[in-house]
Amino acid sequence: MHLFSILISQIINGLQSGAIYALVALGYSMVYGIILLLNFAHGDIIMVGAYAVWFSMAHLGLHPIPSMLLAVAASTLLGVLIEKLAYTPLRSAPRLSLLITAIGVSFLLENSFQLIFGAGAQTVPNLISGPSLQVGSVTVSFSAMLTILVSVICMAGLTFLVQKTKLGKAMRAVSENMSAAQLMGISLNRTISFTFAMGSALAGVGSVLYLCTYGQASPTMGSMLGLKAFVAAVLGGIGSLPGAMIGGFAIGLTEALVSAAGLSVWKDGAVFAILIVVLLVKPTGLLGKPMVEKV
Amino acid sequence: MAMLEVKDINVYYGAIHAIKGVSFEVNEGEIVTLIGANGAGKSTILKTVSGLLHSRTGSIAFQGENIAGMAPHKLVGKGLAQVPEGRAVFLRMTVEENLEMGAYTRPNSELAPHLDRVFEQFPRLKERRKQVAGTLSGGEQQMLAMGRALMSSPKLMMLDEPSMGLAPILVDQIFGIIQTLHQSGTTILLVEQNAQMALGVADRGYVLETGKLVSSGTGTELLKDESVKKAYLGG
Repeated sequence: MHLFSILISQIINGLQSGAIYALVALGYSMVYGIILLLNFAHGDIIMVGAYAVWFSMAHLGLHPIPSMLLAVAASTLLGVLIEKLAYTPLRSAPRLSLLITAIGVSFLLENSFQLIFGAGAQTVPNLISGPSLQVGSVTVSFSAMLTILVSVICMAGLTFLVQKTKLGKAMRAVSENMSAAQLMGISLNRTISFTFAMGSALAGVGSVLYLCTYGQASPTMGSMLGLKAFVAAVLGGIGSLPGAMIGGFAIGLTEALVSAAGLSVWKDGAVFAILIVVLLVKPTGLLGKPMVEKV
Repeated sequence: MAMLEVKDINVYYGAIHAIKGVSFEVNEGEIVTLIGANGAGKSTILKTVSGLLHSRTGSIAFQGENIAGMAPHKLVGKGLAQVPEGRAVFLRMTVEENLEMGAYTRPNSELAPHLDRVFEQFPRLKERRKQVAGTLSGGEQQMLAMGRALMSSPKLMMLDEPSMGLAPILVDQIFGIIQTLHQSGTTILLVEQNAQMALGVADRGYVLETGKLVSSGTGTELLKDESVKKAYLGG
């Protein structure tokens, strides 16, 4: 029974971190789906979001709720800004140039935050507290419930947006055939910016949820989180939104179960082992479609 | 004043001079066809008119307004629609979603009447409205591509090789639809490799050879023209 309750708690931990990975993986997949870019600066948007929470609370003296909203707004704006300044000028450049630029943007963000705020971690006071849930011998923390609930709501919202709204359909049209989409009267610039805005807003929500649990922001926090979310996106099939959600939860659960087995030192290794296996066995991921070269 | 007036366009792919000083016009109510062999530059011309490619020289006027260099998505609202080469329907979207994309620039209130009109024209699409476009046959995809272009109520519809890869019976059907569209008041610019069919329905035609216009005339004139016969109509 004791072992069983440890397992259940670890699964809940896994779902909690998995929910954050899933939110971040969605941003990776959306951007890849539309401009075929692995946006390696995506993880750093989370970092900037976390610093926005910390800065508004510690320096502006704001209440947690407006601080969190501000963080989501800042992440969204940053995502669109990066796209406009760094990626739009390279739209007809080779894809490798775009990828290298994304890595450059990532370094720029990490290093400029180290320069401005120092390399150490900033502690964010408890953002939201509430009662935890006791089920038998298993305790579910408030932050775990909140993280899972908020993520699921965000994912449902995104799914609705992409499947049912005009803008969402335009996103799908652009991701499938850019020139045909333009011939329909769809503006590429607007649709691509909107995609970055949505992906970055989800990263902003991810940063807030991350802080609710871990309470710390550091300039390099986004790189490992971003890489694992990238693995999640690849596992699910990059470009597929349901895939990114499944991949995120799968990565979170893997980490938690590896830790539960007493191998917590190996949990990062396990995640990257998944990447290698996926790339060797099924490079298109669980739900990905094989890429057909457009002529 | 011609509805579409293309004057002296020169289009390059990198160093390759693909279109060499081409001029032509389409008058309101006409069916005009550009015929020529594979690689003559027919599609390049259409892509240049619709803004996907740009000419280094000359002008492209649509209803008196110079549209050269304008972003492609701005032209739909002006009444220009294109049925792209190889159909280019959105394969992972449903038939109805594809048609909705065709009406992207129109207000939502116009969607239902436009859909009804297209479904009336293409009853097959109505049967398959919830089906993903990738599951349609080639002929059905061509109908979808045409229906999608019609959703914006274009004044000028440009079709890029609508007969490509279709069985003869479907080609007849597609050309029948083109004539119906024309009768209902849509001006048509048709690019075709199937010169026989295209000249048969066209009011006027232009013959394109390696990026240059080599002759022009009414459909019947070109059908009788010896050099056209030799080159495109199998003697």
